[in-house]
Amino acid sequence: MAQKLLEVRNLTTGFMTEKGFVKATDRISINIEKGQTLCLVGESGSGKSVTSLSIMRLIDYAGGTILDGKIEFKGDDLAAKKQDQMKNIRGNKIAMIFQDPMSALNPVFTVGEQIAESLRLHQNKSGDEAWKEAIDLLKLVGIPAAEMRAKQYPHEMSGGMCQRVVIAIALACKPELLIADEPTTALDVTIQAQILELLMRLKEELGMAILLITHDMGVAAEVADHIAVMYAGAIVEQGTVEEIFTNPSHPYTIGLLKSIPGFEGGSSEKELYTIKGTIPGLGNLPQGCRFNPRCPHVMDKCRQVEPGDFKIGNEHTTKCWLFEDKPEVTVSGGTGGNTNV
Amino acid sequence: MSKNLIEVEHIKKYFPIHKGLLNRVVGNVKAVDDVSISIREGETFGLVGESGCGKSTLGRVILRLQSATGGAVKFNGRDIHSMNSRELNKIREEMQIIFQDPFGSLNPRFLVKDIIGEPLKVHTKQSAQEIDKRVVELMELVGLDATRRNRYPHEFSGGQRQRIGIARAIALNPKFIVADEAVSALDVSVQSQVINLLMKLQKEMGLTFLFIAHGLNVVRHISDRVGVMYLGKMAEVGETEALYASPLHPYTAALLSAIPEPTPNRKKKRIVLQGDVPSPANPPSGCRFHPRCPFAQAKCSQVEPLLEEILPGRQVACHFPLGVEGGSDLASIGR
Repeated sequence: MAQKLLEVRNLTTGFMTEKGFVKATDRISINIEKGQTLCLVGESGSGKSVTSLSIMRLIDYAGGTILDGKIEFKGDDLAAKKQDQMKNIRGNKIAMIFQDPMSALNPVFTVGEQIAESLRLHQNKSGDEAWKEAIDLLKLVGIPAAEMRAKQYPHEMSGGMCQRVVIAIALACKPELLIADEPTTALDVTIQAQILELLMRLKEELGMAILLITHDMGVAAEVADHIAVMYAGAIVEQGTVEEIFTNPSHPYTIGLLKSIPGFEGGSSEKELYTIKGTIPGLGNLPQGCRFNPRCPHVMDKCRQVEPGDFKIGNEHTTKCWLFEDKPEVTVSGGTGGNTNV
Repeated sequence: MSKNLIEVEHIKKYFPIHKGLLNRVVGNVKAVDDVSISIREGETFGLVGESGCGKSTLGRVILRLQSATGGAVKFNGRDIHSMNSRELNKIREEMQIIFQDPFGSLNPRFLVKDIIGEPLKVHTKQSAQEIDKRVVELMELVGLDATRRNRYPHEFSGGQRQRIGIARAIALNPKFIVADEAVSALDVSVQSQVINLLMKLQKEMGLTFLFIAHGLNVVRHISDRVGVMYLGKMAEVGETEALYASPLHPYTAALLSAIPEPTPNRKKKRIVLQGDVPSPANPPSGCRFHPRCPFAQAKCSQVEPLLEEILPGRQVACHFPLGVEGGSDLASIGR
């Protein structure tokens, strides 16, 4: 078994609202090993981004609070760290790429300066050294004429180029974990293919782990080692990429896969499979299983009691009462969900 | 074979670039450059391409939401770009558009019933009561709860707003609808609901669709024929299944191979294109795709290929199309 890099246990994060505390993620547990890629898949509002912001502890600035749980990065609990201590980890050990490359870059600085900044801040390099390394980084992410490009501003570059620059900034300090929040969503398919290929190449070369957040099952299938499917703030199914795609178990995962046009497992009819209804608001989740109002296999039990994680394969768990006969997995850490606010 | 409802003939749309103190025109962005397509009655024509290739501009020019720089668009045999405003107003009853952004395309100060009823108010002389009755009918048709018609758009979810946009588009029983990235902003599970709705409406009302999208899987599912655009030009047009099974243009092949498929360990060859789409203000000489084309030869940078029918029902603008004798060989590249 490879070395554990990040272990998130029972992470519950939420936002204070007028109507009380709303849990955006509810007892999330994920593991990432060294050099592995975990994809967090789900629709908008399912809590993917909140999970990543919580790991970076940026959620504090977004108005959220980590209520419970542990975020162990190489044995250190990030959830208990002070923001001052986090500054040494953010950008240095864990780096992040955001969805929209145009707005992630500062329009009034050249891209070279922006890459060099992170080297100066985190690694105390001198201006000259940092600038030279910035150019090397631009070459690493496949930008032609790097010396010239380093002196340009973000608006002089295309979306795909900007995303490469953002990746270069993230890689500047050779992080051990890269969190990529929808890195290709704003890009065209041909550019998306370039960026995914780049990420996979860099992962191999630098031996870093990636937490990739996406809503696209196709992207997940191509790059992931493990997949965690999120629905309304909880991970409903988790497993290796083969297990999720060849043996999807949770009715939500099955529905999600079937509703992709052109997916082999979907209906060959002209009509697409649909999951009836819409995602519930996080403020008024249904009682019992959070998927029960939309589930085709709903039973009485589903409407009353929330299912635990049942182990149906070697590394494959699902949160569904249909698999009640399988052993239940519990994760220790935090108060284990006994949070009443 | 059914007759052509829309005939686009050598349509051009240039956006002038102004520069300097005297605001002189120093060049043109050729968003759509000499494109000819025909759309048959009752079919769905899918239009795909990367951002900035001119597919939305083409859709708007076809509806004359933007005037063309040259060429003609014939709707049922009549050129809509030479109509006066009264004739145009009349013909607009028969052609409608559904927009991409379900948040930006609905007026936040209008009640939903006013949004859906507005085309009826403009084009028909129905009483308020009749309009209200029709609005209820339309909302039920697109799967919305008609008792919520006295609410504002912000009270609806993204998928529901897109249904409002669809209800507005079909209010006048149009013949032709341009769906400009109509499902792109929606989540997969909601997207499949809206696609099913569009296909149901098409069957019931005999609609003709121009379906503009960058999601290639969606286009494959919904379209009868597909046109692939690159930098203001039509690269390839063909029946959907034939085009997806054996693309003729190298750009189509690259585009198709770039779709991430929800099957792990796929051993499909992927053609990763190098570089970005060039600027349409200064397109490359000859074939516009040649700087990125893995099969480019000397001729490609000099002579511009024309869109020609090389196989029955398959048009392609390429000197060396794939899988044809004397053409390019896909097996020679990729990984």
